[in-house]
Amino acid sequence: MDPLTGAASPDLRVDIGPLRLRNPVMTASGTFGYGEEFASLVNLNRLGAIIVKGISLEPRRGNPPPKIIETACGMLNAIGLENVGVDRFITEKLPFLRRLETPVIVNILGDSIEEYSRLADKLNYARGIAALEVNISCPNVKKGGVAFGTVPEMATAVTRSVRQATGLPVIIKLSPNVTDIALIARAVEEAGADAISLINTLLGMAVDIRTRRPRLANIFGGLSGPAIKPVALRMVWQAARAVSIPVVGIGGITTVEDALEFLMAGATAVQVGTANFFRPTATEEIVAGLEEFLRQEDLSSVRQLIGSLKTE
Amino acid sequence: MSIRSRTGRVDIKATYYLIPPVFSMPEFQEKSPVRGREQLTPDVCRLTLHAPKIAEHARPGQFVMARAGATLDPLLRRPFSIHKATGDGLISILFKVVGKGTRLLAAAAESVEIDLIGPLGRGFDTTVAGPHCLIGGGMGIAPLYFLAERLMRAGRQASNPPVLLGAQTQAELLLLAEEFTELGYPVLTATDDGTIGHHGFVTELLDDILPEVQQVYVCGPMPMMRTVALKCRAAGTPCQVSLETHMACGLGACLGCTYPASGGGYLHVCKDGPVCSAEEVTWTL
Repeated sequence: MDPLTGAASPDLRVDIGPLRLRNPVMTASGTFGYGEEFASLVNLNRLGAIIVKGISLEPRRGNPPPKIIETACGMLNAIGLENVGVDRFITEKLPFLRRLETPVIVNILGDSIEEYSRLADKLNYARGIAALEVNISCPNVKKGGVAFGTVPEMATAVTRSVRQATGLPVIIKLSPNVTDIALIARAVEEAGADAISLINTLLGMAVDIRTRRPRLANIFGGLSGPAIKPVALRMVWQAARAVSIPVVGIGGITTVEDALEFLMAGATAVQVGTANFFRPTATEEIVAGLEEFLRQEDLSSVRQLIGSLKTE
Repeated sequence: MSIRSRTGRVDIKATYYLIPPVFSMPEFQEKSPVRGREQLTPDVCRLTLHAPKIAEHARPGQFVMARAGATLDPLLRRPFSIHKATGDGLISILFKVVGKGTRLLAAAAESVEIDLIGPLGRGFDTTVAGPHCLIGGGMGIAPLYFLAERLMRAGRQASNPPVLLGAQTQAELLLLAEEFTELGYPVLTATDDGTIGHHGFVTELLDDILPEVQQVYVCGPMPMMRTVALKCRAAGTPCQVSLETHMACGLGACLGCTYPASGGGYLHVCKDGPVCSAEEVTWTL
Protein backbone atom coordinates (compact mmCIF):
# COMPACT_ATOMS: atom_id res chain seq x y z
CA MET A 1 0.00 0.00 0.00
CA ASP A 2 1.22 3.50 -0.78
CA PRO A 3 1.91 5.15 2.59
CA LEU A 4 1.09 8.62 1.24
CA THR A 5 -2.20 8.03 -0.55
CA GLY A 6 -3.35 4.78 1.02
CA ALA A 7 -3.79 3.34 -2.48
CA ALA A 8 -3.11 -0.37 -3.02
CA SER A 9 0.36 -1.24 -4.39
CA PRO A 10 0.29 -2.10 -8.07
CA ASP A 11 -0.19 -5.81 -8.65
CA LEU A 12 2.89 -7.28 -10.30
CA ARG A 13 1.71 -10.90 -10.30
CA VAL A 14 1.75 -12.86 -13.55
CA ASP A 15 0.92 -16.44 -14.48
CA ILE A 16 3.18 -18.59 -16.60
CA GLY A 17 0.79 -21.45 -17.23
CA PRO A 18 0.09 -23.01 -13.82
CA LEU A 19 2.99 -21.10 -12.24
CA ARG A 20 2.05 -17.87 -10.44
CA LEU A 21 4.93 -15.43 -9.96
CA ARG A 22 5.00 -12.49 -7.56
CA ASN A 23 6.41 -10.33 -10.37
CA PRO A 24 7.45 -10.80 -14.02
CA VAL A 25 11.22 -10.55 -13.45
CA MET A 26 13.31 -13.71 -13.62
CA THR A 27 17.02 -14.40 -13.94
CA ALA A 28 18.20 -15.95 -17.22
CA SER A 29 19.91 -19.33 -17.15
CA GLY A 30 23.68 -19.13 -17.26
CA THR A 31 23.85 -15.64 -15.79
CA PHE A 32 22.93 -16.24 -12.18
CA GLY A 33 24.77 -19.45 -11.31
CA TYR A 34 22.70 -21.45 -8.88
CA GLY A 35 21.51 -18.36 -7.00
CA GLU A 36 23.89 -18.50 -4.07
CA GLU A 37 26.58 -16.66 -6.05
CA PHE A 38 24.48 -13.49 -5.76
CA ALA A 39 23.10 -14.00 -2.26
CA SER A 40 25.20 -11.27 -0.62
CA LEU A 41 24.43 -8.69 -3.32
CA VAL A 42 20.77 -9.28 -4.20
CA ASN A 43 17.63 -9.96 -2.17
CA LEU A 44 16.76 -13.24 -3.88
CA ASN A 45 13.27 -13.23 -2.34
CA ARG A 46 12.39 -10.10 -4.35
CA LEU A 47 12.66 -11.91 -7.69
CA GLY A 48 9.80 -13.40 -9.69
CA ALA A 49 11.78 -16.58 -10.28
CA ILE A 50 15.33 -17.84 -10.46
CA ILE A 51 16.32 -19.88 -13.48
CA VAL A 52 19.53 -21.73 -12.74
CA LYS A 53 22.48 -22.59 -14.94
CA GLY A 54 21.52 -25.30 -17.44
CA ILE A 55 21.90 -28.86 -16.17
CA SER A 56 22.80 -31.99 -18.14
CA LEU A 57 22.72 -35.63 -17.07
CA GLU A 58 26.46 -35.89 -16.63
CA PRO A 59 28.71 -33.03 -15.47
CA ARG A 60 30.15 -31.05 -18.34
CA ARG A 61 33.58 -29.49 -18.17
CA GLY A 62 32.83 -26.83 -20.74
CA ASN A 63 35.01 -25.44 -23.51
CA PRO A 64 38.68 -24.54 -23.22
CA PRO A 65 39.48 -20.86 -22.65
CA PRO A 66 39.17 -18.20 -23.97
CA LYS A 67 35.41 -18.55 -23.48
CA ILE A 68 34.23 -14.96 -23.13
CA ILE A 69 34.97 -11.80 -25.03
CA GLU A 70 33.41 -8.40 -24.66
CA THR A 71 31.94 -6.82 -27.80
CA ALA A 72 30.33 -3.43 -28.39
CA CYS A 73 27.43 -3.25 -25.90
CA GLY A 74 27.53 -7.01 -25.47
CA MET A 75 29.60 -10.10 -25.05
CA LEU A 76 30.25 -13.39 -26.77
CA ASN A 77 30.33 -16.55 -24.70
CA ALA A 78 31.40 -20.08 -25.56
CA ILE A 79 31.16 -21.46 -22.06
CA GLY A 80 30.20 -24.84 -23.50
CA LEU A 81 27.27 -25.64 -21.21
CA GLU A 82 29.62 -26.25 -18.30
CA ASN A 83 27.65 -27.53 -15.30
CA VAL A 84 27.92 -29.83 -12.29
CA GLY A 85 25.46 -32.41 -13.67
CA VAL A 86 21.99 -33.25 -12.34
CA ASP A 87 23.10 -35.42 -9.40
CA ARG A 88 25.37 -32.76 -7.88
CA PHE A 89 22.77 -30.11 -8.66
CA ILE A 90 20.20 -31.97 -6.58
CA THR A 91 22.52 -32.72 -3.67
CA GLU A 92 24.66 -29.56 -3.57
CA LYS A 93 22.76 -26.67 -5.15
CA LEU A 94 19.07 -27.36 -4.57
CA PRO A 95 19.16 -27.30 -0.74
CA PHE A 96 20.11 -23.61 -0.67
CA LEU A 97 17.52 -22.78 -3.35
CA ARG A 98 14.78 -24.61 -1.44
CA ARG A 99 15.24 -22.22 1.50
CA LEU A 100 14.19 -19.30 -0.71
CA GLU A 101 10.67 -17.99 -1.11
CA THR A 102 11.25 -17.57 -4.81
CA PRO A 103 10.29 -20.26 -7.37
CA VAL A 104 13.23 -22.13 -8.82
CA ILE A 105 13.09 -23.10 -12.47
CA VAL A 106 15.62 -25.65 -13.67
CA ASN A 107 17.00 -25.21 -17.18
CA ILE A 108 17.80 -28.55 -18.80
CA LEU A 109 19.92 -29.40 -21.81
CA GLY A 110 20.96 -32.48 -23.72
CA ASP A 111 22.67 -33.74 -26.83
CA SER A 112 19.96 -36.31 -27.57
CA ILE A 113 16.19 -36.50 -27.09
CA GLU A 114 16.72 -39.33 -24.60
CA GLU A 115 18.93 -37.15 -22.43
CA TYR A 116 16.20 -34.50 -22.13
CA SER A 117 13.55 -36.99 -21.07
CA ARG A 118 15.87 -38.80 -18.65
CA LEU A 119 16.75 -35.46 -17.08
CA ALA A 120 13.12 -34.44 -16.77
CA ASP A 121 12.37 -37.81 -15.20
CA LYS A 122 15.21 -37.52 -12.65
CA LEU A 123 14.06 -34.06 -11.65
CA ASN A 124 10.58 -35.41 -10.88
CA TYR A 125 12.11 -36.89 -7.74
CA ALA A 126 13.69 -33.65 -6.54
CA ARG A 127 11.76 -31.33 -4.24
CA GLY A 128 11.71 -27.59 -4.65
CA ILE A 129 11.49 -27.22 -8.42
CA ALA A 130 8.69 -25.04 -9.76
CA ALA A 131 9.15 -25.64 -13.50
CA LEU A 132 11.53 -26.79 -16.19
CA GLU A 133 12.96 -24.56 -18.89
CA VAL A 134 14.21 -26.57 -21.86
CA ASN A 135 17.24 -25.27 -23.74
CA ILE A 136 16.74 -26.46 -27.31
CA SER A 137 19.65 -24.50 -28.77
CA CYS A 138 21.95 -27.46 -28.10
CA PRO A 139 23.35 -29.48 -30.99
CA ASN A 140 21.66 -32.81 -31.69
CA VAL A 141 24.70 -35.05 -31.93
CA LYS A 142 22.65 -37.81 -33.58
CA LYS A 143 21.80 -35.45 -36.44
CA GLY A 144 25.25 -34.08 -37.16
CA GLY A 145 25.16 -31.36 -34.54
CA VAL A 146 22.22 -29.36 -35.90
CA ALA A 147 20.61 -27.43 -33.05
CA PHE A 148 17.28 -28.90 -31.92
CA GLY A 149 15.66 -25.53 -31.94
CA THR A 150 16.43 -24.76 -35.57
CA VAL A 151 14.31 -27.58 -37.03
CA PRO A 152 10.57 -27.63 -36.19
CA GLU A 153 10.40 -31.44 -36.13
CA MET A 154 13.29 -31.71 -33.66
CA ALA A 155 11.90 -28.91 -31.49
CA THR A 156 8.60 -30.78 -31.46
CA ALA A 157 10.26 -34.08 -30.57
CA VAL A 158 12.16 -32.62 -27.59
CA THR A 159 9.07 -30.81 -26.33
CA ARG A 160 6.92 -33.89 -26.57
CA SER A 161 9.44 -36.12 -24.81
CA VAL A 162 9.88 -33.67 -21.92
CA ARG A 163 6.12 -33.12 -21.73
CA GLN A 164 5.60 -36.86 -21.33
CA ALA A 165 8.35 -37.22 -18.76
CA THR A 166 7.24 -34.55 -16.29
CA GLY A 167 4.22 -33.08 -14.55
CA LEU A 168 6.00 -29.76 -13.96
CA PRO A 169 5.26 -26.72 -16.11
CA VAL A 170 7.43 -26.86 -19.22
CA ILE A 171 8.90 -23.69 -20.74
CA ILE A 172 10.69 -24.17 -24.05
CA LYS A 173 13.58 -21.74 -24.58
CA LEU A 174 13.85 -20.95 -28.28
CA SER A 175 16.92 -20.39 -30.44
CA PRO A 176 16.93 -17.15 -32.45
CA ASN A 177 19.21 -18.62 -35.10
CA VAL A 178 16.26 -19.49 -37.31
CA THR A 179 14.51 -17.96 -40.29
CA ASP A 180 10.99 -18.06 -38.88
CA ILE A 181 10.61 -17.92 -35.11
CA ALA A 182 6.81 -18.13 -35.30
CA LEU A 183 7.09 -21.53 -36.95
CA ILE A 184 9.18 -22.93 -34.10
CA ALA A 185 6.96 -21.24 -31.52
CA ARG A 186 3.82 -22.84 -32.94
CA ALA A 187 5.50 -26.24 -33.22
CA VAL A 188 6.43 -26.35 -29.53
CA GLU A 189 3.05 -25.00 -28.49
CA GLU A 190 1.36 -27.82 -30.38
CA ALA A 191 3.74 -30.33 -28.81
CA GLY A 192 2.56 -29.36 -25.33
CA ALA A 193 4.73 -26.51 -24.05
CA ASP A 194 3.14 -24.50 -21.23
CA ALA A 195 5.14 -21.42 -22.25
CA ILE A 196 8.04 -20.33 -24.41
CA SER A 197 11.03 -18.15 -23.57
CA LEU A 198 13.12 -16.32 -26.14
CA ILE A 199 15.68 -15.47 -27.22
CA ASN A 200 18.74 -17.52 -26.43
CA THR A 201 22.03 -16.07 -27.72
CA LEU A 202 22.79 -15.15 -31.33
CA LEU A 203 25.69 -16.95 -32.98
CA GLY A 204 28.69 -14.68 -33.45
CA MET A 205 32.47 -14.48 -33.55
CA ALA A 206 35.39 -12.09 -33.03
CA VAL A 207 38.92 -11.98 -34.44
CA ASP A 208 42.25 -10.95 -32.92
CA ILE A 209 43.95 -9.07 -35.74
CA ARG A 210 47.44 -9.35 -34.23
CA THR A 211 47.44 -13.12 -33.88
CA ARG A 212 45.00 -13.61 -36.77
CA ARG A 213 43.06 -16.06 -34.63
CA PRO A 214 39.47 -16.17 -33.43
CA ARG A 215 39.20 -14.61 -29.99
CA LEU A 216 37.22 -17.59 -28.71
CA ALA A 217 38.83 -21.03 -28.58
CA ASN A 218 35.53 -22.40 -29.88
CA ILE A 219 35.57 -19.89 -32.80
CA PHE A 220 31.81 -19.22 -32.49
CA GLY A 221 30.07 -17.98 -29.40
CA GLY A 222 26.67 -16.70 -28.31
CA LEU A 223 26.14 -12.93 -28.41
CA SER A 224 24.16 -11.42 -25.53
CA GLY A 225 23.65 -8.06 -23.91
CA PRO A 226 22.09 -4.76 -24.99
CA ALA A 227 23.34 -5.25 -28.57
CA ILE A 228 20.82 -8.06 -29.16
CA LYS A 229 17.77 -6.35 -27.70
CA PRO A 230 16.22 -5.15 -31.00
CA VAL A 231 16.42 -8.65 -32.45
CA ALA A 232 15.04 -10.24 -29.30
CA LEU A 233 12.20 -7.75 -29.11
CA ARG A 234 11.22 -8.34 -32.71
CA MET A 235 11.17 -12.11 -32.19
CA VAL A 236 9.15 -11.85 -28.97
CA TRP A 237 6.57 -9.74 -30.80
CA GLN A 238 6.40 -12.24 -33.66
CA ALA A 239 6.18 -15.25 -31.33
CA ALA A 240 3.54 -13.66 -29.09
CA ARG A 241 1.33 -13.11 -32.11
CA ALA A 242 1.79 -16.72 -33.24
CA VAL A 243 0.92 -18.59 -30.02
CA SER A 244 -1.57 -18.32 -27.18
CA ILE A 245 0.71 -19.71 -24.48
CA PRO A 246 2.66 -17.17 -22.39
CA VAL A 247 5.88 -15.79 -23.86
CA VAL A 248 8.86 -14.91 -21.64
CA GLY A 249 11.11 -12.24 -23.16
CA ILE A 250 14.92 -12.41 -22.97
CA GLY A 251 17.60 -10.36 -24.68
CA GLY A 252 19.58 -7.37 -23.50
CA ILE A 253 17.18 -6.37 -20.73
CA THR A 254 19.12 -4.07 -18.42
CA THR A 255 16.60 -1.44 -17.22
CA VAL A 256 12.92 -1.18 -16.46
CA GLU A 257 12.41 0.58 -19.79
CA ASP A 258 13.80 -2.48 -21.58
CA ALA A 259 11.52 -4.79 -19.58
CA LEU A 260 8.49 -2.64 -20.39
CA GLU A 261 9.24 -2.79 -24.12
CA PHE A 262 9.12 -6.58 -23.95
CA LEU A 263 5.94 -6.68 -21.87
CA MET A 264 4.20 -4.32 -24.28
CA ALA A 265 5.40 -6.42 -27.23
CA GLY A 266 3.59 -9.40 -25.73
CA ALA A 267 5.82 -10.93 -23.10
CA THR A 268 4.10 -12.08 -19.90
CA ALA A 269 7.40 -12.02 -18.06
CA VAL A 270 11.04 -11.23 -18.75
CA GLN A 271 14.42 -12.66 -17.93
CA VAL A 272 17.45 -10.56 -17.08
CA GLY A 273 20.71 -12.12 -18.20
CA THR A 274 23.99 -10.44 -19.03
CA ALA A 275 23.04 -7.38 -16.98
CA ASN A 276 23.46 -9.50 -13.84
CA PHE A 277 27.19 -9.56 -14.57
CA PHE A 278 27.78 -5.83 -14.49
CA ARG A 279 24.74 -4.72 -12.44
CA PRO A 280 23.92 -7.51 -9.99
CA THR A 281 20.97 -5.53 -8.61
CA ALA A 282 19.41 -5.07 -12.08
CA THR A 283 16.55 -7.51 -11.33
CA GLU A 284 15.58 -5.77 -8.09
CA GLU A 285 15.80 -2.36 -9.75
CA ILE A 286 13.52 -3.51 -12.56
CA VAL A 287 10.92 -4.83 -10.10
CA ALA A 288 10.91 -1.50 -8.27
CA GLY A 289 10.82 0.32 -11.59
CA LEU A 290 7.74 -1.62 -12.73
CA GLU A 291 5.86 -0.66 -9.57
CA GLU A 292 6.82 2.96 -10.10
CA PHE A 293 5.77 2.91 -13.78
CA LEU A 294 2.38 1.44 -12.96
CA ARG A 295 1.82 4.15 -10.35
CA GLN A 296 2.82 6.87 -12.80
CA GLU A 297 0.50 5.45 -15.47
CA ASP A 298 -2.27 4.93 -12.92
CA LEU A 299 -2.53 1.23 -13.66
CA SER A 300 -3.43 -1.35 -11.05
CA SER A 301 -1.81 -4.41 -12.57
CA VAL A 302 1.21 -5.23 -14.72
CA ARG A 303 -1.05 -7.56 -16.69
CA GLN A 304 -2.66 -4.48 -18.25
CA LEU A 305 0.65 -3.82 -20.03
CA ILE A 306 1.14 -7.24 -21.57
CA GLY A 307 0.69 -7.10 -25.31
CA SER A 308 -0.47 -3.49 -25.15
CA LEU A 309 1.66 -2.46 -28.13
CA LYS A 310 -0.49 -0.59 -30.67
CA THR A 311 0.27 -1.19 -34.32
CA GLU A 312 -2.54 0.67 -36.03
CA MET B 1 40.74 -31.38 2.86
CA SER B 2 40.24 -33.29 -0.34
CA ILE B 3 37.85 -36.00 -1.48
CA ARG B 4 38.07 -38.68 -4.11
CA SER B 5 35.54 -38.32 -6.89
CA ARG B 6 34.05 -41.38 -8.51
CA THR B 7 36.89 -41.45 -11.02
CA GLY B 8 39.38 -41.67 -8.19
CA ARG B 9 40.97 -38.30 -8.83
CA VAL B 10 41.08 -35.50 -6.32
CA ASP B 11 38.31 -33.10 -7.25
CA ILE B 12 39.20 -29.58 -6.22
CA LYS B 13 35.76 -28.24 -7.18
CA ALA B 14 34.06 -30.74 -4.85
CA THR B 15 36.32 -29.59 -2.05
CA TYR B 16 35.21 -26.01 -2.57
CA TYR B 17 31.50 -26.78 -2.67
CA LEU B 18 31.65 -28.81 0.54
CA ILE B 19 32.49 -25.67 2.49
CA PRO B 20 29.18 -24.76 4.13
CA PRO B 21 27.69 -21.33 3.30
CA VAL B 22 28.42 -19.97 6.77
CA PHE B 23 32.08 -19.81 5.80
CA SER B 24 31.54 -17.93 2.56
CA MET B 25 33.12 -14.49 2.49
CA PRO B 26 30.91 -11.39 2.44
CA GLU B 27 30.79 -9.36 -0.76
CA PHE B 28 29.64 -5.79 -1.17
CA GLN B 29 28.70 -3.39 -3.90
CA GLU B 30 29.89 0.13 -3.08
CA LYS B 31 29.76 3.38 -5.02
CA SER B 32 33.30 4.49 -4.24
CA PRO B 33 34.41 8.10 -4.76
CA VAL B 34 37.93 8.66 -6.06
CA ARG B 35 40.02 10.14 -3.25
CA GLY B 36 43.37 10.06 -5.03
CA ARG B 37 44.72 9.78 -8.57
CA GLU B 38 48.35 9.15 -9.41
CA GLN B 39 49.83 8.83 -12.85
CA LEU B 40 52.96 6.77 -12.11
CA THR B 41 53.92 6.66 -15.79
CA PRO B 42 52.06 7.75 -18.95
CA ASP B 43 50.13 4.48 -18.88
CA VAL B 44 50.28 3.28 -15.27
CA CYS B 45 47.65 4.69 -12.97
CA ARG B 46 46.86 4.29 -9.28
CA LEU B 47 43.41 5.14 -7.95
CA THR B 48 42.56 5.42 -4.28
CA LEU B 49 38.86 4.93 -3.58
CA HIS B 50 36.65 5.25 -0.55
CA ALA B 51 35.10 1.79 -0.13
CA PRO B 52 34.81 1.18 3.61
CA LYS B 53 33.04 -2.19 3.57
CA ILE B 54 35.36 -3.61 0.97
CA ALA B 55 38.39 -2.19 2.77
CA GLU B 56 37.30 -3.68 6.09
CA HIS B 57 36.78 -7.22 4.75
CA ALA B 58 39.49 -7.39 2.10
CA ARG B 59 42.32 -9.86 2.43
CA PRO B 60 45.54 -9.75 0.42
CA GLY B 61 45.17 -11.50 -2.92
CA GLN B 62 41.50 -10.66 -3.30
CA PHE B 63 40.17 -8.43 -6.06
CA VAL B 64 37.38 -6.04 -6.97
CA MET B 65 35.25 -5.70 -10.12
CA ALA B 66 35.15 -2.03 -11.12
CA ARG B 67 32.89 -0.02 -13.35
CA ALA B 68 33.60 3.65 -14.18
CA GLY B 69 30.16 4.80 -15.18
CA ALA B 70 26.73 3.65 -16.30
CA THR B 71 28.08 3.18 -19.82
CA LEU B 72 27.04 0.16 -21.88
CA ASP B 73 30.29 0.28 -23.84
CA PRO B 74 32.50 -0.95 -22.33
CA LEU B 75 29.82 -3.24 -20.91
CA LEU B 76 31.57 -5.37 -18.35
CA ARG B 77 33.36 -4.56 -15.15
CA ARG B 78 37.12 -4.97 -15.00
CA PRO B 79 38.92 -7.01 -12.35
CA PHE B 80 41.66 -5.38 -10.27
CA SER B 81 43.61 -6.94 -7.44
CA ILE B 82 43.44 -4.93 -4.25
CA HIS B 83 46.78 -3.11 -4.10
CA LYS B 84 46.25 -1.39 -0.75
CA ALA B 85 43.50 -1.43 1.89
CA THR B 86 43.99 1.06 4.68
CA GLY B 87 42.24 1.55 8.00
CA ASP B 88 40.33 4.66 6.97
CA GLY B 89 38.08 2.84 4.52
CA LEU B 90 40.29 3.41 1.49
CA ILE B 91 41.47 0.90 -1.09
CA SER B 92 43.83 1.39 -4.00
CA ILE B 93 44.08 -0.28 -7.37
CA LEU B 94 47.14 -0.10 -9.61
CA PHE B 95 46.83 -0.79 -13.31
CA LYS B 96 48.12 -0.22 -16.80
CA VAL B 97 45.78 1.38 -19.34
CA VAL B 98 45.29 -1.31 -21.99
CA GLY B 99 41.83 -0.68 -23.41
CA LYS B 100 38.42 0.97 -23.14
CA GLY B 101 37.70 -0.04 -19.56
CA THR B 102 41.03 0.94 -18.05
CA ARG B 103 41.08 4.18 -20.07
CA LEU B 104 37.74 5.21 -18.60
CA LEU B 105 38.87 4.41 -15.07
CA ALA B 106 42.18 6.25 -15.49
CA ALA B 107 40.25 9.33 -16.62
CA ALA B 108 38.05 9.42 -13.50
CA ALA B 109 38.53 12.68 -11.66
CA GLU B 110 38.53 13.09 -7.89
CA SER B 111 35.17 12.46 -6.20
CA VAL B 112 33.81 10.62 -9.27
CA GLU B 113 32.12 7.44 -8.01
CA ILE B 114 33.54 4.14 -9.19
CA ASP B 115 31.10 1.25 -8.76
CA LEU B 116 32.95 -1.59 -7.02
CA ILE B 117 32.03 -5.14 -6.11
CA GLY B 118 34.30 -6.92 -3.67
CA PRO B 119 36.24 -8.26 -1.99
CA LEU B 120 36.21 -11.27 -4.29
CA GLY B 121 38.10 -14.49 -4.65
CA ARG B 122 40.56 -16.53 -2.68
CA GLY B 123 43.42 -14.57 -1.15
CA PHE B 124 46.95 -15.45 -0.11
CA ASP B 125 47.35 -18.01 2.65
CA THR B 126 49.77 -16.59 5.21
CA THR B 127 49.62 -19.45 7.71
CA VAL B 128 52.98 -20.91 6.71
CA ALA B 129 55.39 -19.41 9.23
CA GLY B 130 58.97 -18.46 8.67
CA PRO B 131 60.87 -16.54 5.97
CA HIS B 132 59.01 -15.97 2.75
CA CYS B 133 59.69 -14.49 -0.65
CA LEU B 134 57.38 -12.11 -2.47
CA ILE B 135 58.20 -11.90 -6.16
CA GLY B 136 56.31 -9.63 -8.53
CA GLY B 137 56.55 -8.84 -12.22
CA GLY B 138 55.05 -5.75 -13.83
CA MET B 139 51.49 -5.05 -12.67
CA GLY B 140 51.74 -8.32 -10.68
CA ILE B 141 53.42 -6.21 -8.04
CA ALA B 142 50.02 -4.70 -7.17
CA PRO B 143 48.54 -7.40 -4.87
CA LEU B 144 51.93 -8.08 -3.29
CA TYR B 145 51.97 -4.67 -1.64
CA PHE B 146 48.76 -5.46 0.28
CA LEU B 147 50.26 -8.83 1.24
CA ALA B 148 53.52 -7.24 2.37
CA GLU B 149 51.67 -4.65 4.41
CA ARG B 150 49.65 -7.30 6.26
CA LEU B 151 52.71 -9.46 6.85
CA MET B 152 54.50 -6.38 8.18
CA ARG B 153 51.62 -5.72 10.63
CA ALA B 154 52.19 -9.23 11.95
CA GLY B 155 55.88 -8.46 12.35
CA ARG B 156 56.76 -10.93 9.63
CA GLN B 157 58.99 -8.55 7.63
CA ALA B 158 61.68 -8.50 10.30
CA SER B 159 64.90 -10.18 9.10
CA ASN B 160 63.07 -11.48 6.06
CA PRO B 161 64.80 -12.03 2.71
CA PRO B 162 64.17 -9.30 0.12
CA VAL B 163 61.04 -8.75 -1.89
CA LEU B 164 61.89 -9.22 -5.59
CA LEU B 165 60.31 -6.77 -8.02
CA GLY B 166 60.76 -6.76 -11.78
CA ALA B 167 59.56 -4.72 -14.74
CA GLN B 168 60.48 -4.01 -18.34
CA THR B 169 62.05 -0.70 -17.43
CA GLN B 170 62.62 1.62 -14.46
CA ALA B 171 59.39 3.68 -14.89
CA GLU B 172 57.01 2.86 -12.03
CA LEU B 173 59.34 0.30 -10.44
CA LEU B 174 61.38 2.86 -8.50
CA LEU B 175 58.41 4.32 -6.66
CA LEU B 176 56.89 0.92 -5.88
CA ALA B 177 60.22 -0.42 -4.62
CA GLU B 178 60.46 2.54 -2.22
CA GLU B 179 57.00 1.79 -0.85
CA PHE B 180 57.98 -1.78 -0.02
CA THR B 181 61.17 -0.51 1.61
CA GLU B 182 59.07 1.83 3.77
CA LEU B 183 57.25 -1.25 5.09
CA GLY B 184 60.57 -2.58 6.34
CA TYR B 185 61.22 -5.13 3.61
CA PRO B 186 64.55 -5.15 1.79
CA VAL B 187 63.94 -4.95 -1.96
CA LEU B 188 65.86 -6.19 -4.98
CA THR B 189 64.81 -4.99 -8.43
CA ALA B 190 65.34 -6.26 -11.96
CA THR B 191 64.59 -4.63 -15.32
CA ASP B 192 64.66 -6.06 -18.84
CA ASP B 193 66.59 -3.01 -20.04
CA GLY B 194 68.88 -2.67 -17.01
CA THR B 195 67.75 0.87 -16.12
CA ILE B 196 67.67 -0.13 -12.46
CA GLY B 197 68.64 -3.21 -10.50
CA HIS B 198 69.59 -6.51 -12.03
CA HIS B 199 69.72 -6.43 -15.83
CA GLY B 200 67.55 -9.42 -16.68
CA PHE B 201 64.53 -11.32 -15.37
CA VAL B 202 63.42 -10.95 -11.76
CA THR B 203 63.17 -14.75 -11.58
CA GLU B 204 66.96 -14.89 -11.85
CA LEU B 205 67.13 -13.22 -8.43
CA LEU B 206 65.15 -16.04 -6.86
CA ASP B 207 67.85 -18.69 -7.03
CA ASP B 208 69.94 -17.27 -4.16
CA ILE B 209 66.91 -16.67 -1.96
CA LEU B 210 64.94 -19.85 -2.49
CA PRO B 211 67.04 -22.01 -0.09
CA GLU B 212 66.29 -19.54 2.74
CA VAL B 213 62.46 -19.41 2.50
CA GLN B 214 59.51 -21.58 3.54
CA GLN B 215 56.93 -20.02 1.21
CA VAL B 216 56.98 -18.13 -2.09
CA TYR B 217 54.24 -15.75 -3.24
CA VAL B 218 54.36 -14.77 -6.91
CA CYS B 219 52.29 -12.56 -9.18
CA GLY B 220 53.10 -11.51 -12.70
CA PRO B 221 52.89 -12.62 -16.33
CA MET B 222 52.15 -16.33 -16.77
CA PRO B 223 55.60 -17.25 -18.18
CA MET B 224 57.23 -15.60 -15.16
CA MET B 225 54.95 -17.42 -12.69
CA ARG B 226 55.62 -20.67 -14.52
CA THR B 227 59.37 -20.21 -14.10
CA VAL B 228 58.92 -19.51 -10.39
CA ALA B 229 56.55 -22.48 -9.98
CA LEU B 230 59.04 -24.86 -11.55
CA LYS B 231 61.93 -23.56 -9.44
CA CYS B 232 59.83 -23.95 -6.29
CA ARG B 233 58.76 -27.44 -7.25
CA ALA B 234 62.39 -28.43 -7.75
CA ALA B 235 63.29 -26.96 -4.35
CA GLY B 236 60.24 -28.50 -2.63
CA THR B 237 59.11 -25.05 -1.52
CA PRO B 238 55.37 -24.25 -1.44
CA CYS B 239 54.45 -21.59 -3.97
CA GLN B 240 51.28 -19.51 -4.23
CA VAL B 241 50.43 -17.87 -7.53
CA SER B 242 47.87 -15.23 -8.42
CA LEU B 243 46.16 -15.94 -11.73
CA GLU B 244 44.68 -13.43 -14.13
CA THR B 245 42.08 -14.01 -16.85
CA HIS B 246 39.35 -12.14 -18.67
CA MET B 247 36.30 -12.02 -16.44
CA ALA B 248 32.71 -11.10 -17.13
CA CYS B 249 31.18 -11.31 -13.64
CA GLY B 250 33.87 -12.11 -11.05
CA LEU B 251 31.18 -13.78 -8.96
CA GLY B 252 31.37 -17.40 -10.08
CA ALA B 253 28.26 -17.18 -12.28
CA CYS B 254 29.39 -16.76 -15.88
CA LEU B 255 31.99 -19.56 -15.76
CA GLY B 256 34.07 -17.60 -18.27
CA CYS B 257 37.29 -17.26 -16.27
CA THR B 258 38.48 -20.86 -16.41
CA TYR B 259 42.11 -21.92 -16.38
CA PRO B 260 43.35 -25.49 -16.87
CA ALA B 261 43.79 -27.27 -13.55
CA SER B 262 46.50 -29.83 -12.99
CA GLY B 263 44.99 -33.31 -13.17
CA GLY B 264 42.41 -32.26 -15.75
CA GLY B 265 39.39 -29.99 -15.67
CA TYR B 266 39.38 -26.28 -15.04
CA LEU B 267 39.57 -23.95 -12.09
CA HIS B 268 37.55 -20.77 -12.01
CA VAL B 269 39.96 -17.94 -11.35
CA CYS B 270 37.35 -15.83 -9.56
CA LYS B 271 36.32 -18.55 -7.09
CA ASP B 272 39.13 -21.13 -6.95
CA GLY B 273 41.56 -18.23 -7.25
CA PRO B 274 42.90 -15.77 -8.08
CA VAL B 275 45.36 -17.16 -5.56
CA CYS B 276 46.04 -20.85 -5.64
CA SER B 277 48.85 -23.24 -5.05
CA ALA B 278 51.22 -23.56 -8.01
CA GLU B 279 50.54 -27.29 -7.93
CA GLU B 280 46.83 -26.76 -8.73
CA VAL B 281 47.56 -25.19 -12.10
CA THR B 282 48.55 -26.67 -15.46
CA TRP B 283 51.54 -24.67 -16.60
CA THR B 284 51.15 -24.55 -20.38
CA LEU B 285 54.25 -23.74 -22.37
